[in-house]
Amino acid sequence: MTIPAQFYLILAAVLFFIGVFGFFTRRNLISLLISTELMLNAVDINFAVFNAYSHPEHLEGFFFTMFGIGIAAAETAVAIAIIINVFRNAKSIHIKNLLDLKH
Amino acid sequence: MDFTILILALPLLSFLILGLAGMKMPHKWAGAIGTLSLTLVTILSYCAAALYFGAGRNAEGIFAPITPYNHTWLPLGGTLSIDMGILIDPISVMMLIVISTVSLMVHIYSLGYMKGERGFQRYYAFLSLFTFSMLGLVVATNIFQMYVFWELVGVSSYLLIGFYYTKPAAIAASKKAFIVTRFADLFFLIGILLYGYYTETFSFTPGETLLMSAGAVLPIALALMFVGGAGKSAMFPLHIWLPDAMEGPTPVSALIHAATMVVAGVYLVARMFPLFIDYAPEVLHIVAYVGAFTSLYAAIVACVQTDIKRVLAFSTISQIAFMMVALGVCTSSNPHYGGLGYMASMFHLFTHAMFKGLLFLGAGAIIHAVHSNEKSQMGGLRKYMPVTHLTFLVACLAIAGIPPFSGFFSKDEILAACYDYSPMMGVFMSIVAAMTAFYMFRLYYLIFWGKSHYEEQLSLYSAGKSTHKPHKPHEAPLCMTAPLVILATITTVAGFIPFGNFISSNGEAYHIHINPAVATVSILLALAGIALATVMYIRGNSKLTTAINKALGIFIEAAYNRFYMDELWLFVTKKIIFNCISRPIAWFDRHVIDATMDMMATITQKCGNIVRPMQSGNVQSYSVWFLSGALLLALMLIFFT
Repeated sequence: MTIPAQFYLILAAVLFFIGVFGFFTRRNLISLLISTELMLNAVDINFAVFNAYSHPEHLEGFFFTMFGIGIAAAETAVAIAIIINVFRNAKSIHIKNLLDLKH
Repeated sequence: MDFTILILALPLLSFLILGLAGMKMPHKWAGAIGTLSLTLVTILSYCAAALYFGAGRNAEGIFAPITPYNHTWLPLGGTLSIDMGILIDPISVMMLIVISTVSLMVHIYSLGYMKGERGFQRYYAFLSLFTFSMLGLVVATNIFQMYVFWELVGVSSYLLIGFYYTKPAAIAASKKAFIVTRFADLFFLIGILLYGYYTETFSFTPGETLLMSAGAVLPIALALMFVGGAGKSAMFPLHIWLPDAMEGPTPVSALIHAATMVVAGVYLVARMFPLFIDYAPEVLHIVAYVGAFTSLYAAIVACVQTDIKRVLAFSTISQIAFMMVALGVCTSSNPHYGGLGYMASMFHLFTHAMFKGLLFLGAGAIIHAVHSNEKSQMGGLRKYMPVTHLTFLVACLAIAGIPPFSGFFSKDEILAACYDYSPMMGVFMSIVAAMTAFYMFRLYYLIFWGKSHYEEQLSLYSAGKSTHKPHKPHEAPLCMTAPLVILATITTVAGFIPFGNFISSNGEAYHIHINPAVATVSILLALAGIALATVMYIRGNSKLTTAINKALGIFIEAAYNRFYMDELWLFVTKKIIFNCISRPIAWFDRHVIDATMDMMATITQKCGNIVRPMQSGNVQSYSVWFLSGALLLALMLIFFT
């Protein structure tokens, strides 16, 4: 018995909106980063699911998933670097410190 | 005649040198540069005159006009273009002589008069600018070039009237002069544009066919040009600026407001004379009537003024009006049949420039000696200033029309032309001529005869009644008296120039002959005027004077206030035009047009304020907006497809 595609999609949607909610509401930069990761992973799941269920003979969706994971890793590295710099300057990783960059 | 370009180039060059570097050089250099360039210009002008008239008449018996230079400056499409060039013909050569002579005299005279003044170099720079513009005006090859220089002359007049820029009266006078003449120039410009549009050329001499096509518009255009001329030449009711213009330095009054610039209007009418006489004789009659009224008005006002420069100013207005009348009474372009006035007008322009320049320079010497313009500070000056006294007397005799001085000959021709036109006009102008003699000799006696103000003050001082030791009047230095003597010599002999041989209305030679009846009447009237002035003023104010003053009380009061013309103008402009037209327009502009613009700006600003918080720079709120937008689009996609 195979798991129906909707289950995966519902999981992805729930994950995505948890990420969105976290991105909107959290004030900690690390939490924001985690929220972004959640959204990215939700998308990755979608890619993999659609590939597996609608075009099993192709592999583009899986490749996209791989790219997504790679980019997420790179992005995390950059984001962590920024956050470390913010912390060094402000002794805090609250998001309001980033607003100071406006001036 | 290629060298004539130098006549224009030299004053311009000296203006540039003095204007740019003048303040860095000592006074003497500035004066020397200005005077030297003017000396060269004068020599060149006389050379031009000698060469031009020396070349003789052409086959048709006239002096043919020469245009050594004529370049298209602005092509306006079609045949219409604005040219810049030099036109040499009898009247422009005559004007070159007048302007360069008087200007040179004023340059020399100012070396003494303006000595040590602050802004001496600036003064000479402006004088050069004025001379350049005036020379450019008279040698203009077309009406538009004339207009360009006409405005330049106006500007230099403005600058020189306001030379003492710390004196409020001088500033007010310069503004008044500029605004009034500018107002008249507006009509001049409209006239030029009408003329250019309908004749398809700005030339003074369009072809016959072009003139025919212009038809009915031509008199209107010419009349509008005359309004411009009337403004510059201070014809009633646009004369109000000239008396106030006397706030400028006296040599400036001599040059600009007596001899040269104010006759520009006469010159303009003379320049357009062939068109006036052939296509708009009725406008010429208007010129005559305006001139006649102005001459009488100015003569009456001149009789009661106390400021000697104002007397001379009104006398100038009156004499220029004589020239206008002489042009206006022409009924034919043939000098032998009613075209005499043209020659008489130019002749009077020439002689008047000399003797009026002399009068103003003389007045300058007197003002220099007693440090006041008021006649009450003068009296009995003939002992202290013999040269000024004699030259002033010569000029007074000339303007009064006593032979053999030049004014007699030119004024006699004008009167003869007036009698030819209509006996009424002749009698009218003869009366004004008699008044001229009266007010000039009134001025002469009040300055040079009667009780000496200086001696009165001195006796008061020596009797211990006054603590202020009066300043003894002294004769002016040589550089001021020399121009007086030169101009007096010219005034004495200029009447014998066979003027009609050089200038006449259609170019043919005209031999001036004195009409014995007219001459006798005018001499007698002039003598009567002088006699009356002698009786009334030779010993200061006599009993007769007091009696006359009492009898004519209100009239004299009105004349002293120039018949309230200035007040009338102020009333018309301030009360009527400003209050009834300008204010409502300003209100409309402020509250309707500006308000509409303001409203649009306010709305934009308000909208901006509303959407501005969206651009917070906060990534989280951006993403909220982004997500809501995406959701909205998704909903639209679902419900509208």
